[in-house]
Amino acid sequence: MKSKKAIAKDSVATDVVNVTTAPVSKEYFVLRLYIAGLSPRSTLAVERIQRICDLYLMGRYELTVVDLFVNPEMARQAQIVVAPTLIKQSPSPMRLFIGDLSDEKKIFLGLNIVV
Amino acid sequence: MVESLKGGGHVGFFCLKERLISKTVSKNNNSTPGNLPKCTTGIQGLDEITSGGLPQGRPTLVCGSAGCGKTLLGIEFLVRGATLFDEPGVFIAFEETAEELAQNVRSLGFDLDGLIEKKKLAVDYIYIERSEIEETGEYDLEALFIRLGFAIDSIGAKRIVLDTLETLFAGLPNPAILRSELRRLFRWLKKKGVTAIITAERGSGSFTRHGLEEYVSDCVLLLDHRVDGQISTRRLRIVKYRGSSHGTNEFPFLIDEGGISVFPITSLQRQHEASSERISIGVPALDAMLGGEGVYRGSSVLLSGTAGVGKTSLACHAADACCRRGERCLYIAFEEPEAQLLRNMRSIGLNLEPWVKKGLLRFHAARPTMNGLEMHLASIHKLVEGLNPSLVIVDPITNFISSGTVSEASSMMMRLVDYLKARQITTLLTNLNRNEGALEHTELDISSTIDTWLLLRDMELNGERNRGLYILKSRGMSHSNQIREFLLTDNGILLTEVYLGPDGVLTGSARLAQEAKEMATAAQRNQEIERKRGELSRRQQALEAQIAVLQLQFQTDKEEMERDITTEQVYLEKLEQGRQEMAFSRKAQSNGVPGSQKKVRK
Repeated sequence: MKSKKAIAKDSVATDVVNVTTAPVSKEYFVLRLYIAGLSPRSTLAVERIQRICDLYLMGRYELTVVDLFVNPEMARQAQIVVAPTLIKQSPSPMRLFIGDLSDEKKIFLGLNIVV
Repeated sequence: MVESLKGGGHVGFFCLKERLISKTVSKNNNSTPGNLPKCTTGIQGLDEITSGGLPQGRPTLVCGSAGCGKTLLGIEFLVRGATLFDEPGVFIAFEETAEELAQNVRSLGFDLDGLIEKKKLAVDYIYIERSEIEETGEYDLEALFIRLGFAIDSIGAKRIVLDTLETLFAGLPNPAILRSELRRLFRWLKKKGVTAIITAERGSGSFTRHGLEEYVSDCVLLLDHRVDGQISTRRLRIVKYRGSSHGTNEFPFLIDEGGISVFPITSLQRQHEASSERISIGVPALDAMLGGEGVYRGSSVLLSGTAGVGKTSLACHAADACCRRGERCLYIAFEEPEAQLLRNMRSIGLNLEPWVKKGLLRFHAARPTMNGLEMHLASIHKLVEGLNPSLVIVDPITNFISSGTVSEASSMMMRLVDYLKARQITTLLTNLNRNEGALEHTELDISSTIDTWLLLRDMELNGERNRGLYILKSRGMSHSNQIREFLLTDNGILLTEVYLGPDGVLTGSARLAQEAKEMATAAQRNQEIERKRGELSRRQQALEAQIAVLQLQFQTDKEEMERDITTEQVYLEKLEQGRQEMAFSRKAQSNGVPGSQKKVRK
């Protein structure tokens, strides 16, 4: 888990890095987290989604962290206005989570994760 | 949002814009450096009323209700910037996609795709669907900033339009965050140094629904779209403009195939050239009344009168004279369609058809209620641009009142006259006087803008109506103060002297009768003179005859008397001779002296 966090942090600094684990069962989650630089809010959001993924979606998720400062064109492509924004691309329906992801209940509800 | 007009002629309109723009640009360059730097919008009229444009590098709020032209104003600001001033622009659309936007403004001749290709324009459509969004904690609009920053930097934009920023309030759940972020956004925009237009919906009781005017404090424009008596008029008002003088009125504006045109009520530049060239008005007698040479080129002429006094006929004569000089004439007819007008003019011997065919005379027949006043003004502008006439006739201006209120119509006329004067175009307006009120009065109250005012009036006498014409005023020339009778004949208009008698002005058959009477009297007098002359000569003849008779008699008498005298003399001689002979015989003296003979006798 710690290593993954480290990778995620690296991605913030460098470029888009796919953090994936092999699918195991149930639905496969494709998540994208758009952050704006290494603000405390961004770091918090990255840590939180990472924790949720590791705890509940182990082996069946693909999380991409995009730093918009590095890839500003991604904001336009993905229709991002707010940072941080987490997008659940699959399974459908697509959902957007805005904010630092501190409200876990809403995330579980939106991701359809039973705790 | 985009109104389309009948096609045609919009190339000319563009020329007008370009010209006006170049004027404002040159004006800007001359401005003193101490002034607030301004960003010339390139929108016709807007730069004039903002004295140079929007505040450079600062945001401007454009608010108004739905469909009042906010988006279009923004688009035109960017398009003009990109095409005229080489200032690339970014359009951030919250409501329409780039494709929709391009499609909507294509009818205005704006080629967004082309500009995007040339890197003169970037359009970013921001889409927020509230139902997909879950708020899970603190957030900010940094992503939007990045997005705007990226768009701005990608083309080196100097202008940006955010249309409509307030959509964010509908899309994002936390207004408190949004408010503080918007404040930051405007600061950020200023720091970026881009001139921004932010559009916002009009709220009830406030300029914008979410109070954006609190944040954008540099310049606020209010657009309005009102419908009065089924005729809509768009208006623009500068609510505030920090650090700059600006027009405070509501300025009507128009959206047509040339984009937005804002019309300042009174032109800011009233320094027209004043030509001293005189042109004929088509009726020689009338030219003679106007100081002998007609009216000044580029002046405004008003023909006013009641119905049926021949305003249109006189106007058509002026048009004919204009075309005869080889100049172009624009005839805006609100009462009659072209064909009818041509036919009617033929009846007074005026054939205008060749001029129409030659392209020298152009009729523009329109229903006054077809458009609002601004649309009329714009279409006249456009026609003038396209035709470049030297005479514009509006027949009659009174009909404009039916397209708006009297004050609107008069302000529009004032602007029209100003515009035409600035272009050195002679203007001939006809005004229909209603029966009530004085004749020396126009309902539109434009007499002060008129240089030459001809009054046509009917004179009712002896059960008939006749037309009279006189010059009420004519600036800058000595003109006749006489009333002339105005006759419409088969050969056009004739002006004759009216009969001014002890009973007042006599016209028509009364004048004819009076003239006949005078002629009869004159004939009588002539006869009398002839008669007297005859008598005189007769008397002379008689006298001469008498003299001849007397002379003859005298001659006879003279001869008789002379004869008598001779006879007497002869007698006396004979007597003397006889006496001598007797004496001689008595004394037998052959050489006797009579004296001695007498002595002897004593």
